[in-house]
Amino acid sequence: MSRILLSGNESVAQGAWEAGAVVGVGYPGTPSTETLARFATLPGVYAEWASNEKVALEVAAGVSLAGKRVLVTMKHVGLNVASDPLLTLAYTGVRGGLVILVADDPGMHSSQNEQDSHNYAAFAHVPMFDPSDSAEALAFTREAFDLSERFDIPVLVRSTVRVSHAKSLVAPGERTVQPDPGPYKTDPAKWVMMPAMAKARRLDLDRRLAALVDFAASTPLNRLEFRDTSLGIVCSGVTYLHVREALPDVSVLKLGMSYPLSTELVRQFAEKVDRLVVVEEADGFLGRTLAAAGFVLESVPLPASGELSPGLIRTAFGLEAPPLREPDTSMPPRPPLMCPGCPHRPVFNALRRMRAVVTGDIGCYTLGALRPLASMDSCVCMGASIGMAHGAELAGGMADRPVVGVIGDSTFAHTGINGLMSSVYNGATSTIAILDNRITAMTGHQGNPINGITLQKRLPHEIDLVALCGALGIEHVRVVDPHDLAATESALREEAARDELSVLVFRAPCALLIRDKGDPYAVDEDACTKCGLCVKLGCPAIGKDETTGKAFIDTALCVGCAQCVQVCKYDAIVHTGPACDLGGV
Amino acid sequence: MLTTVMLCGVGGQGTILAADLLAKVAAAEGLDVKLSEVHGMSQRGGSVDTVVKYGEQVLSPVTDPGMVDHLIAFEIIEAMRRIHYVKPGGRILVNPSAIQPLPVLTGDAPAPHGMQAILDEERAIFIEADVLACQAGSPKSANVVLMGALSWGLEFSEKSWRDVIASRVPPKTVDANLRAFELGRSACQKGECEL
Repeated sequence: MSRILLSGNESVAQGAWEAGAVVGVGYPGTPSTETLARFATLPGVYAEWASNEKVALEVAAGVSLAGKRVLVTMKHVGLNVASDPLLTLAYTGVRGGLVILVADDPGMHSSQNEQDSHNYAAFAHVPMFDPSDSAEALAFTREAFDLSERFDIPVLVRSTVRVSHAKSLVAPGERTVQPDPGPYKTDPAKWVMMPAMAKARRLDLDRRLAALVDFAASTPLNRLEFRDTSLGIVCSGVTYLHVREALPDVSVLKLGMSYPLSTELVRQFAEKVDRLVVVEEADGFLGRTLAAAGFVLESVPLPASGELSPGLIRTAFGLEAPPLREPDTSMPPRPPLMCPGCPHRPVFNALRRMRAVVTGDIGCYTLGALRPLASMDSCVCMGASIGMAHGAELAGGMADRPVVGVIGDSTFAHTGINGLMSSVYNGATSTIAILDNRITAMTGHQGNPINGITLQKRLPHEIDLVALCGALGIEHVRVVDPHDLAATESALREEAARDELSVLVFRAPCALLIRDKGDPYAVDEDACTKCGLCVKLGCPAIGKDETTGKAFIDTALCVGCAQCVQVCKYDAIVHTGPACDLGGV
Repeated sequence: MLTTVMLCGVGGQGTILAADLLAKVAAAEGLDVKLSEVHGMSQRGGSVDTVVKYGEQVLSPVTDPGMVDHLIAFEIIEAMRRIHYVKPGGRILVNPSAIQPLPVLTGDAPAPHGMQAILDEERAIFIEADVLACQAGSPKSANVVLMGALSWGLEFSEKSWRDVIASRVPPKTVDANLRAFELGRSACQKGECEL
């Protein structure tokens, strides 16, 4: 079959499909999201977004128990959430092959940390594959399913941004339909992990791991590439490609399977090279593992965090002077921002005006932390806003500033609901704002339990947030249209002043969901008094003219949401004509 | 020989789709190709770049300062931010319209000045991509205008470009995008922006 251009994510999906996986389940998270999105479009599969990664892995464990192959997808921090089932699934093992794609984000392009998922492989004692590009992502994922069943264990496939979001040529293959697993038999010794059974499975895990170490010594996934033997580099994943480009003549031990390691294989390599160096991103996992196994490693001055590149590797090995030119740092920074017409903006505008202490959460609305809205005090992990709001109120000491927890619809369904239940139970007096923009926006518009849109467009089951909060026993629950700035601010002020737990649902669709843009507005220069209130909204369509100091609106960007019209006290923001005359096309 | 193209701009300008067109053209012409992009948070109006590398064999999908053969800037400030990536003698194509970053709009940072002069010194070619896109019938086709400009001077046949564009853009926009490609290509031809 001819080769086509696929991303690493798409290739993992293709590999799982070719391996006969019949179910895919995950939670969106950059850079993993397109994997499940792609899998869902392939023939003969069922796929769903779970409410969070732990649920996703548990659904997958059920599929495996029933004897079918299943793909699970998540980003690196999602594996923290799914780690609870993962560490015990290593004990139970699998029936149908269970493969987890975990996509790491060294350099933190779109994440709150750059944790290295290799540590989870070692922590859970489950094998990990490290593909370097799309072709390997496909082949390794296929292989991972076979390995999972052969060694009775879940398998992690680790990618990084430069695998997941890189595209290269692959040759897709045919699907291998797996044979029927036969009649189901209850097997409590394998699947019921209470102490008596878990103790036996713990020992069995050691046996399976020992067999995997033998496998690691002989599998073609790991490759000894001998060239000039004065330098030998151990590497995995996309780093292998950086090394090959940077240092084409050196010997390389390419680890396609980075856990468990075969020390025998490393010894074969180490014996033949003069200097042994590990090149890896972010965390130093392989280096620590090899050092602990007694190998003498030479260290080179690689960056301790962030991504590597061929140039950084050449520099670390002293092969090239730093680039001839320094970057021009005089340019103004361009941080990401909320879109024109974003329904989150008025909420943060009100919170800033209230001088609220805002415990934030993960999503587009985290951008409310940046100037000029600059009204978020914390962002830690999915769901943290609600527990932190309770804790901050509990501790007191915020003077007269109200505390408000801010969380998105999808994030609330992910792990916010747990915090809210605990807040109700403990008599919290927090004010929680759920920004329900009807979509999981930041990761590229996925469905979630709050909007009810399912991945394969099955019959929707939308969860009623107001009824849910009512069922928890929260008396003060209000739905507010955030595009109404006065209503938004008064609702926040009233509920923040109340000495009881309250939930405000700010409901308006993501600006990117609205196809029919309103007519753009413009600033009437004669009426503008340069007060700057509209500029403080932080809308990318509104600016302050450098010379006149008056506001202006970029009609090409304005979507006509009229938020700025509501803050202008001088009626200086008025309707205008269309942005670009299309000449009748 | 390895060729490295960097496309940069502001999240939402269509750099990823444009890079996809280039990568598919290189693949259609029988070359190895890799594309690396970053999306997610930066997509929301942030500074973005996408790298396409093609040749007999491509290893790493990423590039380094001083290694880029063609820098295609969808926005002038983003061009300035990445001049140091361009090889000596590399080509710089710039859409001259500026999208002011939020810190400039709000008065937190001064607007940059003198960019045109610096880019002139770098022998950058300015392609009025927004104007040409409107002429082509779709203001959103500025990315394809720039691919048209890039195509002039590259080794790929015009047919490969046209085939890939026709198969990749939404069906209703094929004509506008092909016009956009042609306008960009002839703008570059007139501007004598060969390497």
